[in-house]
Amino acid sequence: MGKLAGKKVLLLGERDGVAAPAMEESLKNCGADFVFSVTECFV
Amino acid sequence: MAHVAIRGYSYCLNHTPELALHYGNTPYMERMSHGETEFLKKLAVNMQSFDEACSYAPNQAFIGGIDLDRLAEQPSPMYQNRMDGASRFGRFGEIMPEGEFLGLMDICDVFDIIWLEEGFAANVSGDLGQHPLMNEKIMSRLEKGHALNDIDEEIKKHGALPLFFQGNIAGCCRKGHDVDESLSAHVLLENIASKAGSVLALLHLLKTAGMVPGDIDYVIECSEEAAGDMNQRGGGNFAKAIAEIAGCVNASGFDVRSFCAGPVNALIAGAAQVASGARPNVVVLAGGAIPKLFMNSRDHVRKGIPALEDCLGSFAVLLDPDDGTCPVMRLDALGKHSVGAGASPQAITSALVLEPLQKIGLSFDDIDKFAAELQIPEITVPAGAGDVPAANFKMIAALAVMKGMIKKEEMPAFVEQKGIPGFAHTQGHIPSGVPFIGHACEAIKEGKYRRVMIIGKGSLFLARLTNLSDGASFIIEPSRGETGKALGVSPEEVRKMLLEALQDLSGVLAG
Repeated sequence: MGKLAGKKVLLLGERDGVAAPAMEESLKNCGADFVFSVTECFV
Repeated sequence: MAHVAIRGYSYCLNHTPELALHYGNTPYMERMSHGETEFLKKLAVNMQSFDEACSYAPNQAFIGGIDLDRLAEQPSPMYQNRMDGASRFGRFGEIMPEGEFLGLMDICDVFDIIWLEEGFAANVSGDLGQHPLMNEKIMSRLEKGHALNDIDEEIKKHGALPLFFQGNIAGCCRKGHDVDESLSAHVLLENIASKAGSVLALLHLLKTAGMVPGDIDYVIECSEEAAGDMNQRGGGNFAKAIAEIAGCVNASGFDVRSFCAGPVNALIAGAAQVASGARPNVVVLAGGAIPKLFMNSRDHVRKGIPALEDCLGSFAVLLDPDDGTCPVMRLDALGKHSVGAGASPQAITSALVLEPLQKIGLSFDDIDKFAAELQIPEITVPAGAGDVPAANFKMIAALAVMKGMIKKEEMPAFVEQKGIPGFAHTQGHIPSGVPFIGHACEAIKEGKYRRVMIIGKGSLFLARLTNLSDGASFIIEPSRGETGKALGVSPEEVRKMLLEALQDLSGVLAG
């Protein structure tokens, strides 16, 4: 649990950076509510 | 057979700023949502001329006008340091101007979808008639044109999209069906443009490979467009349609789709067919994507730089059996991003780079150059997407550190040594590893590289079917000149050799 606990979180991933599912996986125990999660591609 | 020859390659750009201004997704959505805004007005004056597009060093690198060492020496920003005397034609292909490309689109249209204004059609006929690859049969497909009044009526009453040249209506793209959205003028415009780009790349490939159209046995197309109707939106098949226009009467073909990973997957599919003996040769090709033109133009306009995303890209690669004279694709060390591999950058890089190397007993040191996403940094950095090629090379270097193969402080040198500068347009599948094949094969033939790795990554999640991404990779290296033998020895081969040696020894001891 950390400072994201109880917060609603939007996850915006990037194809050549960190994808949203990877962020979600690494943050799954932080107590946040992931209300939107998407990875986009700008290239 | 564990490897297949890369017999030829071609790379073309179609300079299409007016298609970009009207049908690139960013300006198109702006116009649909807000009308002719200040952004669109500024974009129109930020567009590059054809001569400017030709003199832009990354474009010259793409068509083989310069090599990548020469590109790396070009002062930045390259849009302010243009090349003197740059030619439209390079070793790998050409940069075709927009007027000729609209004519080529008409040549590639077999359903009377593209209409050209008669005066424009006459001018284009004169220009394309001078083109070294446009033979009489191809030119006979160019229409005489239509009266401007008729074109206006198609646009105003029948849902056709206007086509522009030098700010004037030069023709239109008509609907293929009254109500079928899969055959709307917009979809058909994108499909015919992609088809035309592929046809141009195929014509250049035939020339550089010294082949006639009838020599081609199979074509695999790997763009990101969908050809179909309301009952089967992605039915296909671009490949045969392209082969038909180029006169490849003995060829058949099919399409491969995997977003930006399409080309690498298609090359593997084509190479497997050649290696198995199923096909004597396979051409893998793709045209460009109109929607991605001017994709990052909002940031380019805001920062006062030219709207650089004004070219459709296309390529074609010819694969056939290894005869010892050409660089080869290895099929025993393919990278695959499996469903369960994970989405983290480390997991993806490991699946695409480390695992195929480990499979054949090689390490990062055995690869001279890695080619992943090769977008032009001057396009992506101002838009906040960073230097995409450099980001990919850093990830490979970071993995090498994690695996203890290099020290952390050696990362910058690793990136410098094994990376290459980006020189491809933001055309999705086009920059995904494949632009390096031509340069890599030339360098391998010269003995400059021992081995390179081509990596393609695709954003499957954009289709809202899965959160997964895709990726694939393969290694190119010199032929050993012995058909069926690749460089390196697999663990299975080592085991077999040891077993045979032990059996021999056992026979000797027994007596």
